Amino acid sequence: MIVYIIRRLMQAALVMVVMSVLVFAGIYLIGDPVLMMISPDASELEREAVRKALHLDLPMWQQYLLFVNDALHGNFGKSFLAGQPAMGLIFERFPATLELAFASLVLSLAIGLPLGVYAGLRPHTAGSKTIMTGSILGFSLPNFWVGLMLIMVFAVLLPDLVPGWPRLPASGRGATVDVLGVKLSFLTGDGLLHLLLPAVTLSLYKGALIVRLARATAREVLPMDYVKFARAKGLSERRIVGVHVLKNIMIPIATVSGLEFGQTVAFAVVTETIFSWPGVGKLLIDSILLLDRPVVVAYLVIIVFFFVALNLVVDLLYSVLDPRVRLESRAT
Amino acid sequence: MSRIGKLAAAAASALVLMSLSAQAQELKIGIKTEPSSLDPQFHTLNPNIQVAQHFFDALVLQDENLKTKPGLALSWKPVGDTVWEIKLRPNVKFHDGSDFTAEDVVFTYERVPKVPNSPGPYTIYTRAMKSFEIVDPLTLRIHTNGPAPLLPLDLAALPILSKKAMAGPAAEGKTSAELNAGNGLVGTGPFKFVEWQRGSRIVGERNDTYWGEKPAWKTVILRPLSNNTARVAALLSGDVDLIEDPPTTDLAKLKNDPKVHLDRAVSNRIIYIHLDQHGEPPIAIPDTNGKNPLMDKRVREALSIAIDRKGIADKIMEGVAVPAGDLLPYPMGGTRKDTPVDPYDQAKAKKLLAEAGYPNGFSITLGTPNGRYINDLKIAQAVAAMWSRVGVKTEVDAAAPPVFFKNRDSFKYSAYLAGWGASTGELSNALKALLATPDRPKGMGTTNSGRHSNKAMDAKLEEALVTVDDAKREALLAEASKIAIQEGHGLIPIHFELSVWAMKKGLTYKGRADQNTLAQGVKPAQ
Repeated sequence: MIVYIIRRLMQAALVMVVMSVLVFAGIYLIGDPVLMMISPDASELEREAVRKALHLDLPMWQQYLLFVNDALHGNFGKSFLAGQPAMGLIFERFPATLELAFASLVLSLAIGLPLGVYAGLRPHTAGSKTIMTGSILGFSLPNFWVGLMLIMVFAVLLPDLVPGWPRLPASGRGATVDVLGVKLSFLTGDGLLHLLLPAVTLSLYKGALIVRLARATAREVLPMDYVKFARAKGLSERRIVGVHVLKNIMIPIATVSGLEFGQTVAFAVVTETIFSWPGVGKLLIDSILLLDRPVVVAYLVIIVFFFVALNLVVDLLYSVLDPRVRLESRAT
Repeated sequence: MSRIGKLAAAAASALVLMSLSAQAQELKIGIKTEPSSLDPQFHTLNPNIQVAQHFFDALVLQDENLKTKPGLALSWKPVGDTVWEIKLRPNVKFHDGSDFTAEDVVFTYERVPKVPNSPGPYTIYTRAMKSFEIVDPLTLRIHTNGPAPLLPLDLAALPILSKKAMAGPAAEGKTSAELNAGNGLVGTGPFKFVEWQRGSRIVGERNDTYWGEKPAWKTVILRPLSNNTARVAALLSGDVDLIEDPPTTDLAKLKNDPKVHLDRAVSNRIIYIHLDQHGEPPIAIPDTNGKNPLMDKRVREALSIAIDRKGIADKIMEGVAVPAGDLLPYPMGGTRKDTPVDPYDQAKAKKLLAEAGYPNGFSITLGTPNGRYINDLKIAQAVAAMWSRVGVKTEVDAAAPPVFFKNRDSFKYSAYLAGWGASTGELSNALKALLATPDRPKGMGTTNSGRHSNKAMDAKLEEALVTVDDAKREALLAEASKIAIQEGHGLIPIHFELSVWAMKKGLTYKGRADQNTLAQGVKPAQ
């Protein structure tokens, strides 16, 4: 088990090294960060001074070695743009993104799982067909469009047209409370209201995915011997579905939810932009546009680490959900 | 209704009234870009400057048309070729209650070069200053390196910090990181700093002891809403009261919305096309046997008059642009009221091209950033179509801004579209950057990537840059601009962007030429 975890962490380190080389080279190729940031009124002398201060006057490989040296000492550099430690900037925004990703995960599970299981149990009813058709919509509607439509309907049109209809906030994060130094908004009413539209937007795709997955697995599991046996034993339908079927459905659902959660955290950019959600996705996009290399590198390092950790958790969950899986054997 | 019910109803209505009046005191603004820092000396970036102007004052302020007016200084005048004497405003208090004196000014200016890791240093505004002499607490003399007629404009770009509040162990006193956290963020401005949540909001509270006109708002909240659609949606849904820069595609809809009011102003931002004039062989013009047609003034004029500026302003810019014939709109410093805009005349353009020896035109590449200026790519495409119609086969080469700037500065384009906002609000700034013969160490022609060079213009400009008398200097600048643009066609001005602000009905905003959005300028309904 421990060997397995260590091996995974070593893989992660390798990915981080490769990724940081790519980012360095990529940004080096795109353009000069100083050109993007300095006032165009500045003279050549002033430009040189800035290049020197940010070590951009050195050849690329020297800049990279400097970065590696600092990184090994736990220092991922200061943002060119903000002049503050890149990691600090990212962690300041991370709670907002995690909160949004988590809310959308909960929503998609809460809606997707029961609907999917129902569609799996009664595949030929009109309700199931409606659910499955709906899930195609959830899949195929682009995120940004859904977000804009939700804003149009719930924040602008309905409250305008229907007197007394509550107006949902369409942008930003609501009031926050400090929990152990971390600002959380889902503990306040205002915060939850602000969370609603972006979380729904994000959960639509995931929810549809879970519906389809749950239905497919339920259909697969239902004809299995152990279900038949349970029926023959005279167990109640509730216990059969609630325990024996559900437990087996959960295995693929856990994998997909884990991966999707990672996806949402890393790349909720579109939704964060539309709802002006102060998360890391927006920070990443702004940093890429301004060639703020330290932030981009630090962000990707975190994300790589995050994905590796998430996959590890999913694997561990596997072994809990499915006794047949043994991690040691998978590692060899 | 029972007595308790009546009481409850009364209490409820009182609450509603209270919350209404509280709302009237609060102003929420949707800004396009969040500042990179709250340290007003960290980065010469418009979003930073705009936020700093809420909390700090400079010695010299600029009105909506960028004309200078007294700020923390009552008056300023040159007392000799290289000395300026500045009289400071008496009885001004910082937000922490301490007095404003010349000591604070000197501290502020001396801190500028000490700010570490600045990606856009403010030293461009202090480079003319050599030393400071405090005559008395309210009189300051600034000695300059040579004549510095534009010093008041430099002063306008430097918000004054409090020496007392900024005291700290670092060389620069309080560091940028400390200021970002609000530590030491003490100015004399119309609002006091309350908090900054990165990505979310900047909050200010009215400074009730402000020396100037007090703002109408008790609380102001600046919220970064960078997505255009999201910003409009936030206004329509009442999340914010005012937004800057609504997208041109939404303007028609906003104009017809009875709940929305629009205010606009001509900005100092010129959108122009620069042409490669470095000599032979030409860049990216393959079919002229090594001759550079852009060296010929007639060709440049032909390219200018082949453009239907009005069409671009009306159709592509939806009316938020004014056709331009100069680098700044009238009445900014050095501009002339009667500067002509090159007329749209394709027949004459064809004739000029034939006269210059290109009856069948030639091929050219027009570089443009995509997403840096309002509708930049669409404008470039329209220009390409117009040029192609007179025989100059034009291909548009669009790139993301960082790539575009790199290509432009390594001279990859035969022609490129770009923009320039002269922050000083007078012509020397734009002429120096865009048209002066490139001499980077001297700071001349720093953005003249077309490498236009005209000795007569250079001479006028250099004379203007050491002329202290305002009227004389502006006359020289007007001549320089006439030589370089209207006569020499050194570059092709297209239009000035109009800045637009959209707000709730009942508010008004006097739009500023520097495109800044300032809460103190927003007025409630009378």
